[in-house]
Amino acid sequence: MPKRFHQFLSIVMLCMAAKALALTPEHAKAIAMGESDSRIEALRASVAAADEKTVQFIQALSDDAVKVVAGKPVIVKDDKAIDPVSGTETAVPDTAEDVMNNNRMRGELDTALASLKLLSPDAAVRRGAVKTLQGEVDESKLPLIDKAFAHETVPDIRDRLGLLRAAALLSSADKTKRLEAANLLAESSLAATKTLLIERLQTEGDAQVKAALQFSLSRVEARLAWGDRLGAIFSGISLGSILLLVALGLAITYGLMGVINMAHGELMMIGAYATYVVQGLFQKYLPGAFDWYLPASVPVAFMASALVGAALERSVIRFLYGRPLETLLATWGISLMLMQGVRTLFGAQNVGVENPSWMSGGVQVMGNLSLPYNRLVIVGFAFAVLAGVAFLIGKTRLGLFVRGVTQNRPIASCMGVNTARIDTYAFALGSGIAGLAGCALSQVGNVGPDLGQGYIVDSFMVVVLGGVGQLAGTVYAALGLGILNKFLEGWTGAVLAKIAVLVFIIIFIQKRPQGIFAMKGRSAEA
Amino acid sequence: MQRTHSRRFTLKALTAAVALTTLSALPAYAADTIKVGILHSLSGTMAISETVLKDTVLMAIDEINAKGGVLGKKLEPVVVDPASNWPLFAEKTKQLLGQDKVAVIFGCWTSVSRKSVLPVVEEMNGLLFYPVQYEGEELSKNVFYTGAAPNQQAIPAVDYLMSKEGGGAKRWVLLGTDYVYPRTTNKILRAYLKSKGVKDTDIDEKYTPFGHSDYQTIVADIKKFSAGGKTAVVSTINGDSNVPFYKELGNAGLKAKDVPVVAFSVGEEELRGVDTKPLVGHLAAWNYFMSIKNPTNTEFIKKWSDYAKAKKLPGSDKPLTNDPMEATYIGINMWKQAVEKAKSTDTDKVIAAMAGQTFKAPSGIVSKMDEKNHHLHKSVFIGEVKADGQFNVVWRTPGPVKAKPWSPYIEGNDKKPDEPVAK
Repeated sequence: MPKRFHQFLSIVMLCMAAKALALTPEHAKAIAMGESDSRIEALRASVAAADEKTVQFIQALSDDAVKVVAGKPVIVKDDKAIDPVSGTETAVPDTAEDVMNNNRMRGELDTALASLKLLSPDAAVRRGAVKTLQGEVDESKLPLIDKAFAHETVPDIRDRLGLLRAAALLSSADKTKRLEAANLLAESSLAATKTLLIERLQTEGDAQVKAALQFSLSRVEARLAWGDRLGAIFSGISLGSILLLVALGLAITYGLMGVINMAHGELMMIGAYATYVVQGLFQKYLPGAFDWYLPASVPVAFMASALVGAALERSVIRFLYGRPLETLLATWGISLMLMQGVRTLFGAQNVGVENPSWMSGGVQVMGNLSLPYNRLVIVGFAFAVLAGVAFLIGKTRLGLFVRGVTQNRPIASCMGVNTARIDTYAFALGSGIAGLAGCALSQVGNVGPDLGQGYIVDSFMVVVLGGVGQLAGTVYAALGLGILNKFLEGWTGAVLAKIAVLVFIIIFIQKRPQGIFAMKGRSAEA
Repeated sequence: MQRTHSRRFTLKALTAAVALTTLSALPAYAADTIKVGILHSLSGTMAISETVLKDTVLMAIDEINAKGGVLGKKLEPVVVDPASNWPLFAEKTKQLLGQDKVAVIFGCWTSVSRKSVLPVVEEMNGLLFYPVQYEGEELSKNVFYTGAAPNQQAIPAVDYLMSKEGGGAKRWVLLGTDYVYPRTTNKILRAYLKSKGVKDTDIDEKYTPFGHSDYQTIVADIKKFSAGGKTAVVSTINGDSNVPFYKELGNAGLKAKDVPVVAFSVGEEELRGVDTKPLVGHLAAWNYFMSIKNPTNTEFIKKWSDYAKAKKLPGSDKPLTNDPMEATYIGINMWKQAVEKAKSTDTDKVIAAMAGQTFKAPSGIVSKMDEKNHHLHKSVFIGEVKADGQFNVVWRTPGPVKAKPWSPYIEGNDKKPDEPVAK
């Protein structure tokens, strides 16, 4: 970036050499200090004729790297105070005060920088600049946009610049220009264009232009509606993938083995805390590779929860097979103990788990639809875990044993299968998957001792709805509930949606107690 | 084998006996102390906000005891954990007032917990100091409200966002957790916005359950709504739901300069678990910020940092102060002054002595307890989130504002007196 930026600076210099005004100390002061109104005026004036130093100064302001020393603004870089005009370096005194930028000022700075970057030699920088300017333009920016438009050779940027130009022209005093702009904007798929059109419609006096605006608005809105619909579906899938992760472990421990494990949520919490611990270790010992803590914490979370699960099975649950009520009470008690244990170890407060930088932000799919990376990664992760479990249960020897034991324990035992050991393995596997779910949850929600409590009801709901003893049922139920929940939420709000989903499940279970998919054969009757 | 066992048993019995004697010795010592109840959730969804308030009271008690206590007696804290469970708040209050016989209770964060405690405190004639901003619509003789009333937080914040400097918002999303505080605050705000000429179609009110963690739909809706004109979000989301909300906001690319979010329940402590870089520029309205520079605040921050480090509190590597902590600190110090003025811890005498008490507050003003309405006079600050999780004060009221617990924007309130009414 700095190198590119430098190149572009020199181009800006060339372009503007003819009328460039050198940055004067008074000028710098006017931009950095005083009332917002006068600062913005000074800033706008300087953009029209900026030299390299002005650009540097505005960039520093936007990066919050400008301080005031003895009534003069200085750029602070690597603990050195640099005079924006003369370039002389001095040490930063303790008395330096930050330059305060509020949202309004920050918006103006970004716009100013973006207008300057419109002429950058780097297409990516230009594209970014056009994006920043969307919704921020008025007629005063027109000369700059016109100039950029004339120079532009990359087709997609040229198109966007055209739209930008139209947006700027929308407030023109010339009726034909307005009309032309209104017609052009029908091609836009940006939410900012909708805002602009609505605003213009309120002040427009001319009937012909008004009709054109109305037409463009309906076109833009129709396009935006698609983004909204796809967004709702995606958030449904995303919630569904979380439900799937949460319920998958339970589908094994409860679905296949029949253990009503109330401590399932706490096994997720252990996975989340394992992620937190790995994050802490990376921060301490491998700060350079911090972004990779998450992949490293996946196996750790799995192992931590699986070990706790195995210990639980060996010490408590195996004595209670076939006694669901006692299991329920015992595991509930264990869940309280685990929560209290974590509280004692890590404190009752939530701990912060940061998203690695590659999981922050999102990919822009449509004008008004961006898919956050963390959600995308979790959807992918959920399906990877699902594939892994399906493979393990369906294709491996261990899976065969698990299925054999759950379907007919005495016969499996007669065949020489060590059923007690298989029980432990299966329970540890289910617990480990809960740990993976916890690792994923740490990226979207809070990590605290109560983390599991919020999901235990959901996970039982998914397994029961899908049909006990079925992996496929769990998948359909999780995705179905996720999408249903999100559509209801868009319609009725989060509180009512939650109630509606619960009512739906109650009715469904009344009508079809065996769930979506019923187990066929003997185990169904057992 | 048998012998070692019995020896171990004797040892255990001895320890138990010693422990018992120490326990029975306690009440004798306790007679010379004044008991102070602390009723804050130390677990559950509100623990993120309330735990530090417990520690603030403990710090203030230490400080007061070090200076010789109150009326020559040491203060003795009685800490209970109502675990973010609203009915449990009432039970614990009963225990504090009935069994432990505390002279005063410092506690509660959510309004629903205060509402649950209120009948108990009134019936048993206890004394509660409530340190958090709230919706008003309440004035009890037994409660002192050291947090902000709506006119000391919500209304100035909305005014700021409507101003040119704040972005000139025309459309409003009122987003909150589903309980009494957000519902009432939003009712007041809706009436206020209407009085300023905002149409109903330009106001979108949304609620989520406590502990809600999936804000995808809500953030998408805000995005959609904001396409209709300059939009601002007023968030009364409480507790740890704020973390997923702000995470989603950052990931969805909603920048503060486009859609500013002003929060009434998010301070320095709540931002601890959040990556604040994408949130720069979002706002909070409070009566105190840690970043306020004045000698009283510097001293307050130092006291807290030293205390947090000495007690090895969680997060003591980065000690933070916030508004409800300041309100708690003012509350306990004013109570001490009032007890000294009344020369008694008797509830009615202390209540009478509280009127007009003043205390030099860390926010930089001399805070005064109103003579009549049990609320503090407070300055209002609006801060923008900085990249380091602190707030930049971008606006403040010229001086302290008197609280109006009965908001004039709710019908029928104009007839209510500005002081507690005897029942």
